[in-house]
Amino acid sequence: MTKVKTLADLKKLRENLQEQIRVRESGEHPESTIQVKVAMATCGIASGAKEVMTFFLEELEKRGIEAVVTQTGCMGYCYAEPTVEITLPGEKPLVFGYVNTRKADEIIEKYIKNGELVDGIIPEIYQSISETRKES
Amino acid sequence: MAKHKMHLLVCGGTGCKSSDSDLLALALRNELQEKGLNGEVQVVMTGCFGFCEQGPILKVMPDETFYVKVKPEDAAEIIAEHIIKGRHVKRLLYKDPKSQQSIDDSKHMDFYKKQLRIVLRNCGFINPENIDEAIARDAYAALAKVLTEMTPGETVEVIKKSGLRGRGGGGFPTGLKWEITAKSVADQKYVVCNADEGDPGAFMDRSVLEGDPHTVIEAMAINGYCTGADKGLVYIRAEYPLAIKRLKIAIDQARAYGLLGQDILGTGFNFDIELRFGAGAFVCGEETALIHSMEGERGEPTFKPPFPSEAGFLGKPTNVNNVETYANIPPIILKGASWFSSIGTEKSKGTKVFALAGKVNNVGLVEVPMGTTLREVIFEIGGGIKDGKKFKAVQTGGPSGGCLTDKHLDLPIDYDNLIAAGSMMGSGGMIVMDEDDCMVSIAKFYLDFTVEESCGKCSPCRIGNKRLYEILETITKGNGTPEDLERLHNLSLVIKDTALCGLGQTSPNPVLSTLEYFHDEYMAHVVDHKCPSGQCRDLMTYWIEGENCVGCTACARVCPVGAITGERKEIHKIDSSICIKCGACLEKCKFNAVFVS
Repeated sequence: MTKVKTLADLKKLRENLQEQIRVRESGEHPESTIQVKVAMATCGIASGAKEVMTFFLEELEKRGIEAVVTQTGCMGYCYAEPTVEITLPGEKPLVFGYVNTRKADEIIEKYIKNGELVDGIIPEIYQSISETRKES
Repeated sequence: MAKHKMHLLVCGGTGCKSSDSDLLALALRNELQEKGLNGEVQVVMTGCFGFCEQGPILKVMPDETFYVKVKPEDAAEIIAEHIIKGRHVKRLLYKDPKSQQSIDDSKHMDFYKKQLRIVLRNCGFINPENIDEAIARDAYAALAKVLTEMTPGETVEVIKKSGLRGRGGGGFPTGLKWEITAKSVADQKYVVCNADEGDPGAFMDRSVLEGDPHTVIEAMAINGYCTGADKGLVYIRAEYPLAIKRLKIAIDQARAYGLLGQDILGTGFNFDIELRFGAGAFVCGEETALIHSMEGERGEPTFKPPFPSEAGFLGKPTNVNNVETYANIPPIILKGASWFSSIGTEKSKGTKVFALAGKVNNVGLVEVPMGTTLREVIFEIGGGIKDGKKFKAVQTGGPSGGCLTDKHLDLPIDYDNLIAAGSMMGSGGMIVMDEDDCMVSIAKFYLDFTVEESCGKCSPCRIGNKRLYEILETITKGNGTPEDLERLHNLSLVIKDTALCGLGQTSPNPVLSTLEYFHDEYMAHVVDHKCPSGQCRDLMTYWIEGENCVGCTACARVCPVGAITGERKEIHKIDSSICIKCGACLEKCKFNAVFVS
């Protein structure tokens, strides 16, 4: 990792990273991919998020779907753990709750493959101060 | 590709389900089928919208129209008007309670969003083990701003003006604390992050550390810049292994980028962070005890003053702030003091994260502006009480807080209101209780916790709390007298007045608040020797109602102590002298023949 030595360095780094993420999320680029974020805080892991994450990693590869599967922190919906956020190219991110491997299979087959919604979507019920979020 | 053009999102939260949102979804599906639209419009059940009071909720996508109190009978009209003709069904739109105007502009659809995420802004979005994602969402931008554009004094001034108060429980003004530490003269100063989250049921700080560790690192560095400290210490309990792991990764990544270490961003400012592990003692959340624990001493509090800001870790000026307090700092720096102070109430600014738990439908992390009412948190965001039971009380502030009742539901939550009501903000645990909870047992539960966690240094806490616990135990066993209630009250006041630290000074709060608000329930225990909510085992009797008993023998077979007798197809009987009141028979009986009082 190169050191960030000045304020200008940090600004440039941030811009580059934001651009990378924008490209990944905007769907304007042919190489834009599907993103799967699994909430992996202690609470999520305790309700089986690890198995779900492994399932997504293995099954998406097996089924020939190119996707970036990453972990993230607690989304706050502890009652509905494990929770998973899916971003299809050009679409707003959607959060699904109560995702066991069966639900994950349904999400892959219906939502990821066909863009068809499935039950269990968790509505975004908060406002956030993060502007990067609002633009997407 | 079977992609639908429109979606009807029907709320499937518990609140809406109990007002027939299932039937609504079914009616909508049938109607779509009939009109031949099921290929174009899809009905989807969702989780809770947090707007249960107005349920069932129906949201139409992509135009984001938000319908409230929708009944199955409305399905036909919605399909005919909205879906086919593209016109809003006006009577089902949400009406603003003040102006009585229907809200149909999709841009103003945020009205049902009670939550505002400042502290949790990155939790659940970034990969906490990847600093790049954090930087893309503005991590370290606030640090860069203060290092290059602001003096330490100006920065402290911003924090002071913002009105931020300590989120660990006490509510001490953060800016003032920083100023005192900054003014202390010493060759070495420290900043400490208190991540010793110990209230039963509280997990806000863990979630922040697990979801967004960089915000804490950045804020500690800003704190170091303001106070003149080049060393930061995070005191974290060893029982948070994932938080520790992610914090370590985050610190390593920040070092690799040069955002921690020597000459940060070429400004000559040096700062680095080390971790210190706690063994999970509750009292170590108290700042003087925490400092002693970090020094390798026993985790016992000492008398203040001197305050840690003057003489703390190794006798040097030390600024101790809680995880959530730190997580507020970067947004305040970036967006300004007046932005932050525009949120909240007169004396409590910004937001508060609550760990909502207990008998509530949507258990979870909730971040709301100060001044939000308990009703909004419990009944809207929290989706109301489980299984349609009645709300009884809510416990805030953990073992130091108290229980609030339905008459406090419309109380705007802030530091001062909660204290005036006999509880406190605490670190943000919020445990909801329903009609089945016995308040004497709840008080006993918290006392059990404090007795266990008392460090034993001062006698009011060590001996007094133990006596309180014993009196409560006598009451729940059915041997209490009305005089016991007076003894409880007096002893509680003495402990509050004389204990050395915050733990002892607040430990009688659960007793005092339940004594005040649930006096009848205490009286029932000591006068009638009955537990109204049927929780105190020793006060219960089980019996079999002859009319309902069919003599199936199921209860006799499940009884672990052989207290139930009776022949097949004959009425059974429970011998209360043998019965251990385990309740197995009640659970097993299919004929509602077993009763308990």
